[in-house]
Amino acid sequence: MSLLDVRKLRIAYDDDPVVDGLSFSIEAGESVGLVGESGSGKTQTALALLGLLPDTATAGGSIRFDGRELLGARETELDRLRAVRLSMVFQDPARALNPYLRIGDQLRHILVAHGICAGRVATARAVEMLDRVGLPDAKRQSRAFAHQLSGGMRQRAMIAAALIAGPDLLVADEPTTALDVTVQAQILELLEEIRDDTALLLITHDLGVVAGHCERMLVIKEGRLLESGTTRAVFEAPETPYTAALIAAAPRLATGAGDSAGALLVSAAGVCVSYPETRRRRLEAVKNVDLSIKTAETVAIVGESGSGKSSLARALLGLEVAHSGTFRLRGARLAADLGERPRATRRELQLVFQDPQTSLNPQMRVGRIVSEPLAVHEPELDGRAANERVERMLDLVGLGTGFLHRYPHELSGGEAQRVAIARALINEPSLLVCDEALAALDGTVRAQILSLLRDIQRRTQLSMLFISHDLGIVSSISHRVFVMYLGRVVESAASRSIFERPRHPYTRALIDAVPVPDPGRLPRRKPLPGDAPSILSPPPGCPFHPRCAFAEARCAVEFPEQLDIESTTVSCLRAREIDLRNGESVL
Amino acid sequence: MSTAATRIFAHARANATVMFSGGILVALALIALVLPWLSPNSYLQTDFDLIREAPGLRGMHWFGTDDLGRDLLVRTMMGLRFTLVIAIVASLVSLVIGVLYGAFAGYVGGRVDAVMMRIVDALYALPFIFLVILLMVVFGGNFFLIFVAIGAINWLDMARIVRGQTLSLRERAFVEAARLNGVSTARIVLRHIAPNLIGVVVVYLTLTIPQAILVESFLSFLGLGIQEPRTSLGALVQIGVAEMESAPWLLLIPGGLLALILLCFNFLGDGLRDVFDARQLR
Repeated sequence: MSLLDVRKLRIAYDDDPVVDGLSFSIEAGESVGLVGESGSGKTQTALALLGLLPDTATAGGSIRFDGRELLGARETELDRLRAVRLSMVFQDPARALNPYLRIGDQLRHILVAHGICAGRVATARAVEMLDRVGLPDAKRQSRAFAHQLSGGMRQRAMIAAALIAGPDLLVADEPTTALDVTVQAQILELLEEIRDDTALLLITHDLGVVAGHCERMLVIKEGRLLESGTTRAVFEAPETPYTAALIAAAPRLATGAGDSAGALLVSAAGVCVSYPETRRRRLEAVKNVDLSIKTAETVAIVGESGSGKSSLARALLGLEVAHSGTFRLRGARLAADLGERPRATRRELQLVFQDPQTSLNPQMRVGRIVSEPLAVHEPELDGRAANERVERMLDLVGLGTGFLHRYPHELSGGEAQRVAIARALINEPSLLVCDEALAALDGTVRAQILSLLRDIQRRTQLSMLFISHDLGIVSSISHRVFVMYLGRVVESAASRSIFERPRHPYTRALIDAVPVPDPGRLPRRKPLPGDAPSILSPPPGCPFHPRCAFAEARCAVEFPEQLDIESTTVSCLRAREIDLRNGESVL
Repeated sequence: MSTAATRIFAHARANATVMFSGGILVALALIALVLPWLSPNSYLQTDFDLIREAPGLRGMHWFGTDDLGRDLLVRTMMGLRFTLVIAIVASLVSLVIGVLYGAFAGYVGGRVDAVMMRIVDALYALPFIFLVILLMVVFGGNFFLIFVAIGAINWLDMARIVRGQTLSLRERAFVEAARLNGVSTARIVLRHIAPNLIGVVVVYLTLTIPQAILVESFLSFLGLGIQEPRTSLGALVQIGVAEMESAPWLLLIPGGLLALILLCFNFLGDGLRDVFDARQLR
């Protein structure tokens, strides 16, 4: 008998099925990946397994856990099962943890509520569990509140809470989607290590994650099971074209887009961006950064959150004021503050945001959203000419004129992002900044948007600046890559040399952190340990040395100046001695 | 704006509380408008045969008559007219001042915001009711002044609420996109900020209207509001209190109607809040 047996599960809202006849089973101790794009019903399935569906949902079929029927079971019965035998890790640990309880107490309550142990023993077990999930100084951290921990540490605490009572099945719903790639690698590693004989149902849209961490996988689409089998078999010979497309769309490390030899378009010299932290101190988000972007070139800035990559891009756009350094556009100096830039320059630099939904005014129709910039910069255009331009633009981004009268909430994520791109491109800018613009999108949609942007670039000589924490996403499109760490550029080079011959250990770690959709490529390298230190108190010497596998004594003292090695600029004391190509080839 | 309004209406229709309380209010407003025309009695006319007549059918005085023999039904409707007009106009005054003030302070931010909001704080600290009473005593029961006085109290809350909402809207990506494109500040406030404020503003408005009604009633009750022979629900209640023992209907009918209107507006506000929550204005 299987540990979990789901038969003909059907979940509907107002007779609208989101899951329709889904059947699968999980054996004890097994790790299974449930893969689907947004709207495929994967989260609804997870909620149904734990009896957490909202009252508005109707569920049919059967979910048998260890022989017991869960659908329609009484709440008291479910309460006895949850946490003890059946447990869940949510996508956003910031919301899943109680903000008013100390982390240690939240774990302790689980033990006490289920009568496992109490008092000092429970407190000690909570601390021990937090230590096992890798919370540094667990005893002290167990007294912390959720907001005092970083995203990665919060997710570790969440995993500790889910596993403390030793459940038989752990359901993890997109446990790493809200995290940096480096932290994602740590968390996935941790789940693998710590679950012992707990079975794992890992729900994700990322095939790279499944490839590395699941024995079997299930592919669902529109609430139906399309395909299931061992991960290796599905990857090697997908049965349905949909699965094949999903696998093809998963981000892989590519050699980059080759070289580009346009004229210099935008340059930044010695840029510093800081925010007031306290009255005395300023938080230096970007420190002395140089950057250049050529016409028709795509440049990527990559780094973990807090590396200053977004601040740099926002300063370039004038949305943040750089407190020193200069930006130039075709040699002409740009005012630091957006308000002081003339209109003609404003139209040249455009931005596409991370979350397509919040970047569109919910009260405006698509037509007006796209035409607004046009009205500002070319007020002389009459209604018909403006409409034509808008229609042509929608056509360019792959949306028909049928979208003109839709509201943003009537669009899918990919469609909304296309509208945002249309708005950014309607005035024919010379540089398009994409700030994590692909992070919120499904794999196949992401691939479509990437090829759309590439296509537009070829036609219009557009330059692009991609900001991302994930090297995998930007690898195929970028000509050059800047790697940032704690506000500084630690390595910059042509894409090809970044991937073929990384020279900074941090770059290497970012490359390794990309989940590769190839089940054969195991075992992986150890993920980068810990979180990026606070930018308020960067470590002395090389800022990266506490996490660096290659650090020596001098790294803790000496600050690494920039070195030029062949065509790469790198800030590492040992750049000339260490060879980061070792082991398997990256590509 | 109009499209936003139709969407809001479509959602509101699905909400029973909104439809029910809104329906009662609309019906009452229509009755107040039409009934004084239809009734054979006028609000000025004294019926010397039937003074302090209890509610009934005699002389078509369905709600009875007051101590001067005037028809209470017509007078109540005249009072209702005045109360509704003053509440709505005063709320509109507070809406316009409050939204513009709050949205501007919130959007511009920084020092301007700090100064503007400190002014609001300072105005809060003034004992406004006494100020209003003083104004009324000096200028008499001026119709116009009542609007101004009530609006001047209510806009402070509206400004605070709108500013708070604007502060969060200002950080939204679509506002940044507009700024990047060089859209002017006035246009951003009018086209990007204001339409997204509708939710909070409409809900808050349904809560300020009863507040305005109460202030007006209070002033009239003190004899500082509307002057005879014109009347409002508050003024009618004042007379009713004096006659409470001999003619209780003079208190119960206008008082009950006042309570009903206040309840309806409060339910309407609650219902609208649900409507906007469900829509989750993003």
